[in-house]
Amino acid sequence: MRRLAVLAPASAWLALFVAAPAVVLLGIALGEADAGVPPFRPPFAADGTWQGSFANFATVLTDPFYRDAFLRSLVVAFATASLCLLIAYPMALAIARVPEARRTPLLLAVLLPFWTGFLIRVGAWIGLLRDAGWLNGVLRALGLIEAPLPLLYSDLAMYLGMVHAYLPFAVLPLHAVLARRDPALEEAAAGLGARPATVFLTVTLPLSAPGAAAAFLLVFIPAAGEFVIPDLLGPPEAQLVGRVLWGEFFQNRDWPLAAALAVVLLALLILPLRLFQRLEARP
Amino acid sequence: MSVARLGLRLGLGFLYLPIVLLVAYAFSADRIPFQWGGFSLRWFRALAEDERLVEAALLSLRVAAGAATLAVLVGGLAGFALARFGPFRGRALFGALIGAPLVLPEVVTGLSLLLLFVALEGAIGWPAGRGALTVLLAHATLGAAYVAVVVQARLAEADRSLEEAALNLGATPFVAFRTVTLPLMAPSLFAGWLLAFTLSLDDVVLASFVSGPAGTTLPMVLFSRLKLGLTPEVNALGAVIVAVAAAALGLAALVLARVDARRGGG
Repeated sequence: MRRLAVLAPASAWLALFVAAPAVVLLGIALGEADAGVPPFRPPFAADGTWQGSFANFATVLTDPFYRDAFLRSLVVAFATASLCLLIAYPMALAIARVPEARRTPLLLAVLLPFWTGFLIRVGAWIGLLRDAGWLNGVLRALGLIEAPLPLLYSDLAMYLGMVHAYLPFAVLPLHAVLARRDPALEEAAAGLGARPATVFLTVTLPLSAPGAAAAFLLVFIPAAGEFVIPDLLGPPEAQLVGRVLWGEFFQNRDWPLAAALAVVLLALLILPLRLFQRLEARP
Repeated sequence: MSVARLGLRLGLGFLYLPIVLLVAYAFSADRIPFQWGGFSLRWFRALAEDERLVEAALLSLRVAAGAATLAVLVGGLAGFALARFGPFRGRALFGALIGAPLVLPEVVTGLSLLLLFVALEGAIGWPAGRGALTVLLAHATLGAAYVAVVVQARLAEADRSLEEAALNLGATPFVAFRTVTLPLMAPSLFAGWLLAFTLSLDDVVLASFVSGPAGTTLPMVLFSRLKLGLTPEVNALGAVIVAVAAAALGLAALVLARVDARRGGG
């Protein structure tokens, strides 16, 4: 009875605002765009007869424009997650090696940028990278370049923004496994004559593999659907799936096609999501 | 210096360089952001006089406060259930649903919530239209996922025997909850509220999908301005937001540290 009093409101909320939207999303994806308010024809008519189709899914899966968008998003997400992992690993290791009392301030220092506002950080990169921006000014003052480099609205700008935004997500799970590791294992390996590089490769790195996998996925999954950074920093041709979905919804007002894109994106992410959940469920 | 420590310094440098420059150049008089034109507070003044920005900021603060409060209620209940109810029927589904907004791409969550609101309005007439209320509900759903994680982690490391002792000494479950469990949860509820509040203030994707003409939040205004580039006003706003975020994070760290110290000492 008492459990019910806790579970019932929470479950009702989740059913209404998490489960039901997924069902509606799938339903609308089977519908058809239509001039009207709202601008679509649902898959079931008012009297319950079926009028839906899988046409949107066929379009999303066969049209090269959408297929390329998915492919590109996966490549960008993979590259972003790999870069974050590479940069985050030494950071997490260095934090895990300091005495416990000094770890919290360092972790907070890593987290603070995450709290300073996502758009503000993207805005800072615009100020840094544009033609009349800070970086071009510095390079020109040093005499390294004469004309400004077109840094903004490029793949470089997009990756800088992506890694900057997602790096804190990668540091935390890595730090969690590295802080838990038993230093005695590394000392034993070193005591038995292993060089530091060997100790790292044969002891530290394998011990931290689950944290590294979690860090990779924690970046990869949201990055695959990222919209804001490619839109504000990336080149116009970087038509990632988040951007394409946004365009179908806001510019073309094709809600069913946008819904089909969302469903396919979800389907692509189910495997990494399951993997992440299994890593999180480890003792 | 070891490779790892060098990596930490470079990583922190990379994280902070854009933010430090943004804050520093907010005090520049120059019209072009990130160009030094002498010290000036003119862009902060311009910011305060920008009615559209101020109005959007006030709306965002109201939405964030409401969303964070709802998120603490829902996420607190969910985190408590996950930490204390053991293996109950439907637990796996319950856990997956509460965590879903945390991992799903924002465009997916935003679009599906919008379609839900449209379907609900068509079926039962609520919520009537879209605006601040629908943004608040979307942000509460996102925030609840974070609150549940924080609360569950806190309760998992808290000593359960305290609650059992209270029950053995004759406290009713409600009294045991109020006098033992709730104080144990309190710091995580506070941290969760702050987290949900900041997430709401920061979100542009969910808000853009589920909002209507009357519900333009601060990030939505910011996003449309950044589409055209960085202006000195937005630069000044960035400095204000960084200052508020640093203060909030410091406050949260202080509260959590004091609670830990008190528990450790007593």
